[in-house]
Amino acid sequence: MKYILMMNGTKAHFSEYAKWSKKDMEANVAFMRAFSKQLKDEGVYVATEGLGWPDQAKLVRADKDGTPITDGVFPESKEFLAGYWIVDVESPEQAYKIAARASAAPGPGGASSNVPIEVRQVLGSHSDLGL
Amino acid sequence: MTAQPSDPLIEPLLRRLTPQVLGIVVRRFRDFAAAEDAVQEASLAAATQWPLDGLPQNPRAWLTQVAFRRMTDHIRSESARRHRESQAALEMDQLTAAVDAARESDQDDTLILLFMCCHPALTPASAIALTLRAVGGLTTAEIAHAFLVPESTMAQRISRAKQSIKDSGIRFQLPTTEERAQRLRAVLHVLYLIFNEGYTTSAGPDLRRADLSHEAVRLTRIVHQLQPDDTEVAGLLALMLLTDARRQARTNDQGELIPLSQQDRSLWDRQQIAQGAAVLSAALPQGAVGPYQLQAAIAAVHDEAARAEDTDWPQILALYDLLKRMSDNPMVRLNHAIATAMVHGATKGLELLEALEDDVRVAEHHRLDATRAHLQELAGNLEAAVRHYRAAAAKTANLPERNYLLAQAARLSSKLRLSNVQE
Repeated sequence: MKYILMMNGTKAHFSEYAKWSKKDMEANVAFMRAFSKQLKDEGVYVATEGLGWPDQAKLVRADKDGTPITDGVFPESKEFLAGYWIVDVESPEQAYKIAARASAAPGPGGASSNVPIEVRQVLGSHSDLGL
Repeated sequence: MTAQPSDPLIEPLLRRLTPQVLGIVVRRFRDFAAAEDAVQEASLAAATQWPLDGLPQNPRAWLTQVAFRRMTDHIRSESARRHRESQAALEMDQLTAAVDAARESDQDDTLILLFMCCHPALTPASAIALTLRAVGGLTTAEIAHAFLVPESTMAQRISRAKQSIKDSGIRFQLPTTEERAQRLRAVLHVLYLIFNEGYTTSAGPDLRRADLSHEAVRLTRIVHQLQPDDTEVAGLLALMLLTDARRQARTNDQGELIPLSQQDRSLWDRQQIAQGAAVLSAALPQGAVGPYQLQAAIAAVHDEAARAEDTDWPQILALYDLLKRMSDNPMVRLNHAIATAMVHGATKGLELLEALEDDVRVAEHHRLDATRAHLQELAGNLEAAVRHYRAAAAKTANLPERNYLLAQAARLSSKLRLSNVQE
């Protein structure tokens, strides 16, 4: 079963992160690198990506003739996807355990950042005979 | 005999031989994990050299010899500081032994490998990966592709599965008579899971994706040949054949799901149906009827009907009555409710579903909502049907199924609007 584990944040959250000390940032990056490696070692890793920051995000709509209209106007409260992991596990409980590990990524002062991780199942196309 | 590069004979030959060679190597060296590595290396060497040098006289002996050499290299590098002379002697012995061993064919080895790979100590995903690799002879890349994970992830999964076997002290031997039934059930369950995984609803041919359903059938056939008196093995084989026979009719060109009642039965593989029916007919009279045989019998009754309206629902209901008593699976009870509805009317079927709401395993399952929706539609309660189709769509993890359920909701919804307008 594939699950996507998403780390979201408002623009304010991203700004806060940008103000972390060098040491705290390095610890967080090191954690992320090690975490991905662990997932690979555990045989559950499918994909992971970090995304460009909200300031660079664009909202695109189609004009009457199909040309893209872009703007960068978002509500202040909007949560942006910072990055995700996709894992292949045997149960939702296993996905939640992995999400909890991601949530414990170190923040300022080295303490757990306790960031909430959104967990959703990734739809597959194989059918379940249900026997 | 000369072979051309990418000779189509070589790949299936290797797939057939590598599990046999693995059995020989494990039997000799008693180290499953290292043996599996050695056999993989031998297989790669063969894939490279045979197209250039031609097929060897005895391909299995060739593979065994190369694998034995790899094993002794492995052992030697593990104890390089000690016993250099005895290692050389060991190598000579093992190489000549390899040729002798390859001459014998021990069918039991495949069965032992299966028991090992499907050991209850392994997680289902590990057992599936290991079985496809060690017994199915699929490459890691093929297995990874079939499960839509990166190759390195699948390689690691297989590696950890092998380590689990090592750590659990699972031995390369047939289970005891007491354990045999339970261990065989575990094997059948893994094979069933592989079949299910391959029963894909994705549209269009994906040539690179290993055909897992056919692989499951192939492996189950092997077990059936090795255990011809086991009726549940026969039952599972029959079930797979009878179900797989309908594959072409299950989805249309757009990848949309087509339910059994609406399938174009001319697309069913009649030959495969006949095969499945034959396997089942041979097993049933032996009297040890189990869940797989019953499931196969139900599939056979469906497959016998030339048109959906010709389906012998009373017989299917009788079979589900039996299956319900034998199996605790809540999905069985869902199907039993549908069969009841087909024989005794939708209201009776819906009554049975109410009892299932207390079963935590199924209360939140999309199948319960989907079944309820179907029966509500049969009963003429379109609004309730729409609600339950939408609820089911929200819960399913299967994309084509979600689309199907939403399409049913939309279909009934427009029916409702039309009927409202007419009033």
